Parts: sequence; structure tokens; C-alpha cells
Amino acid sequence: MTAVWVIARLTFTELLRRRLVHALLALTLVVIALTVWGFSRIPHLHLGGQPLTPGEVQLASAQLLLLVMFMFSFVLALSCSFVAAPSIAGDLESGVAPALLARPLRRSQLLLGRWAGLVAATIVYAVGSTTGVFLLVDWTTGYLPRQMGSAEAALVVEGVCLLTMALALSTRLSTITTAVISVMAFGTMWLGGVAGAFGEAFHNQAISDVGVATHYLLPTDGLWRAAVFAIEPLSSQAAARHGLGSTFQVSAGPTQGYLTYVALWLVALLGLSLFSFSRREA
Amino acid sequence: MASLVVGSVSGSVSPAIEVTDLGKRYGRKLALDGLSMTVPRGQVFGFLGPNGAGKTTAIRLLLGLSRPTSGGGTILGHPLGSLAARRSIGYLPELFRYQGWLRAREVLQLHCELAGIARPRWAAVIPQALATVGLASRAEGRVATFSKGMQQRLGLAVALLGEPQLVLLDEPTSALDPVGRHDVREILHRLRERGVTVFLNSHLLSEVEQVCDRAAIVDHGRVVAEGSLAELLGRPRVRIQCSGLEAEQLRRLAERAPFSTDGQWLIFSGLGDADVPSLVQAIVTAGGQIHAVDPGQQPLEERFLELVGSR
Repeated sequence: MTAVWVIARLTFTELLRRRLVHALLALTLVVIALTVWGFSRIPHLHLGGQPLTPGEVQLASAQLLLLVMFMFSFVLALSCSFVAAPSIAGDLESGVAPALLARPLRRSQLLLGRWAGLVAATIVYAVGSTTGVFLLVDWTTGYLPRQMGSAEAALVVEGVCLLTMALALSTRLSTITTAVISVMAFGTMWLGGVAGAFGEAFHNQAISDVGVATHYLLPTDGLWRAAVFAIEPLSSQAAARHGLGSTFQVSAGPTQGYLTYVALWLVALLGLSLFSFSRREA
Repeated sequence: MASLVVGSVSGSVSPAIEVTDLGKRYGRKLALDGLSMTVPRGQVFGFLGPNGAGKTTAIRLLLGLSRPTSGGGTILGHPLGSLAARRSIGYLPELFRYQGWLRAREVLQLHCELAGIARPRWAAVIPQALATVGLASRAEGRVATFSKGMQQRLGLAVALLGEPQLVLLDEPTSALDPVGRHDVREILHRLRERGVTVFLNSHLLSEVEQVCDRAAIVDHGRVVAEGSLAELLGRPRVRIQCSGLEAEQLRRLAERAPFSTDGQWLIFSGLGDADVPSLVQAIVTAGGQIHAVDPGQQPLEERFLELVGSR
């Protein structure tokens, strides 16, 4: 356990010192500042010469907040892919891994330490940035998501799913290949989710099933929808129940069964990563 | 199957390295072909061979970084690659790069932690390791700013941490200047004095010649020669630098003792120290003038080329 902690701390420290992460944090702060400025203008908008009612301000804020959160979700997915891709592949390519594994360090400890460090960084980034946005939007518009904690948890787990997949791939593929596949998989799952929503709206079972399948294949879009459910106002959920659902408007939150499946999916993929790395030449 | 027994094992102490029929195949390519050897503790053992001979593959198998496709063995009495073995091993990889964002001190701290060295000892162990390799003044320097030679010195410092019983060095001087190579030789001598076994993987023959007690020469994944340095250095020979001998006198001298020439040097293969007085007398009697006499053995480089170059 100590060795896992050592590698996790090393991974987290490495991220803190990398320019990529510095740039990401700086851009995040800029985006948050611009977002807050934009949201602060909403209560002063006029529609048909009349100022917006409090209800309209809430609705506009909620919809814009979903767009902002989608951007954060996309940035989180990209970051997780590009940061996790070199975790094992990069160690092997650079010769860091042989130097570490010549110590009394199990491969499983190296991999789990990398995973734990990446998860910790994901939690810090996702919770920090989304909490900041939520509270600042609340301060400027009075709109606070109904289930702030659930939304943050869903976004964190979405990132963890993607980084776990990237970690698994990086035990076999090169850094760049892993990153490209991870990003493409994320995009494909999102597109599958959009297709699924169309299938539901037009009552086409085959297309609808595509959306369901993508939610199980790689649960990123399923978790994004869980975040949407936690962020959106009740009126959006009601509209979605009448067949107007979209990637930004869902009618129901994730079931307990689905959340259990996601947990099992993560455990299974970690297990697969451990097996793959244990068979790999270092 | 190549078989190699290096030195003898006495008492109940397990040898530093003992492998039998150790082989590694990558697809159709045979990287190591049935290596069997025993390396006793406390020796500096050279593992020689041209590029691609299987030297690095052997080290990777010893450490458990690769899985053998045949054979097995023990290292410090434990199965190859086991955690117990790795607790007492220092390793300098051939191609490596420590995390560029870490400071030299932090690299050593990381390895102290992984090697299980008690934290209170770090304050003494880390400066000592850095001083040993000549990096005492660069403890706070980031690895990314280090030259290749400095990184190799740092790698050596990492390998020496925690008083290992066995140090595996894969081409430890490939990036070093002559001063650095001299420093490494001094470090190896000190390790031997402390009873540490050193497995030195190298293709720098002069390096091996100067520091190793025993050596094996490997080529195409097979051991082609082994023994003490005295045995490997081959036949004795006497070199005599002389002038003043005519062709006829040289012919008569060759009838007495065949020789080859290298400029003014006459090289008498197969002759040793005991033959020097009579050789010198014969040349002087023939009217030659002697400028220098160099009794010795066939250099390792010549022996190496005989063994490897002919394959």
C-alpha cells in the first residue's frame, strides 16, 4: 500500500509541475471569469422590451449552465485522455518503468498508484472548477443546480472512466495512439447518445438501442446525462418526458442498477489493465 | 546450450547470480540462447559482447523485467525478478530517463522510498550517493537540465543507494567523458572492496580489462568464452621495439621465434616473461639495438575480435 501511495503522490506531483496542467488551470480560470461575467448580464437582459422575469432568468441560466458544463465535461475528457495516456506507455517508452520496477515494486502497485494519482487530480480539477462555476452562477443569477453534489460526482466518474480506459490502453499501445483512441471513443459515445435521443424522440427502437449500448460500452455519455439530470431545472425534465429529450435535457436520472454497472465496469477495466501490464515486457 | 560456470561456490552462501538454460525469444528472433552461469558474490563480473548480442536481455531477465522463454535461476538466493531479490539490488539501465521535472535529490528520495530505506537515513544516504558520483553541487538541479553524462552519473547514484549486495550496470560509462569513466572505475573498485557483487554489462573492453575479476563474452545470444581476465586475455606475448636488424638477421630471428611486426615493434606471440632474457640476447647478438621491451598478454580486444569477429 505504501508503494501505491508513493507512485500516486509522484503522479499527482508530476501533474502539478507539468506545463500542460498549468495551461489548463490558467485557461479554466479565464473561462470561469468570462462565464461569470456572461451570467451576471442575464438578469439585465430584455425580451420584447421587458426585463426577464425571475423564472426566465432561472431557465436561461440553467440552459447556459448546461452548455458551460458540457464544455467542462469535454475539457475534462480531453485532459483525462491526454494525461492518462502516457502514464504507463510513457514510462515504458522513456525507460522510467524499468528503473522503478527494478525496485521492490510490483507492477500492480505501479499501475494502481498511477491510477490513484490521476483520480485524485481529476477529483481536484472537476470538483474545484464545477463548484466554482456553480457558486458563482448562483451568486450572479440565483440559479443553483438542484443536486450540485450529484452533478459533480457524475462528472468526476465520467473523467475516471475515461482515464481508466486510457490507462488500460496504455499498457499495450503507445502514448499518442492511446490518447487518440480515448478521445475518439469519448466523441463516439457522445454521438451515440445523441443518436439514442433521436431514436427515442422518433420512436425508432433500433436507433434508441444504439444510445443505450453506448451508455454501457463506455459510460461517459450515460454519466454526462446523469450530470445533466442533476443540473437541469424540473421544467426541463418535464419537457424531456414529453419526448423532447436531448443531450442537454433528460427525463430521468441514472438508476441504481446503472450506477452499480459503472462501478463494476471500472473494477473490470482496472483488472484488465493489471492483467495486461503483468504480461507486458517492461 | 551454452554453459558457463564462473568461479566456485563455497559454503552455504548462495551465489549472487545462478541461472540455468536461460533463454529469451522475441517471435522468431532468439535474443538469448540458453545462458547458464554462476557468479559468486563479491566479484566484479564483466558481461561482454557486441551490440545486439543479448547482454541487455540477460539483465532484464535477471531483474524480472522480461519473462524467460526457457530456463530460470536465482539472484541472491531468490527467484529471478522476485521482490526479495530486488530489495538488495541496484540497477542502472542502459536506456533510461528519470523524470525531467524532478530534482536530482527528489529522484534519490523516490528510490529511497521505493527501496524501503528508512526516512531518517535519507539525510546521510542521499548526499553521500550524490558525492560519490560527483553531483553533490547539483542536488537541487532538475534532471531535464542535466547533460547525458550527468544523467548517467545520477543513474549510478540511484543504483548505489541503500548498500545493495548486487549492482547491475548496463553500459554505465557510455555517455561519460574520460574523467567520468575514471570515476566509475574508482567506484567499482570501492564496491569490490566492500564485497559488493557487480555485474557489468559493457562493450568497452578497456573498461572491463581494468576493473573486472572475471568476464564472459556473449554473441548472438550465446556465451562464446568465459573465465578470469587472465584466462580471457589469452596467450602471453612479448613486444620488443628494436632497430638495426637487416632482413637476413630478421629471418634468422624468426626461425628461432616467429614474430609479427608493428612498425619498429616485433611481436612474439606465445612467449612469456621467462623468454625475455634470451630474446633480448639474441637480438643484441645479431646487432640489433633494443629501445623497449613489453612482456604481456594478448589484449582483450584482440581476443574479443577473434571470438566475435569470426562469427
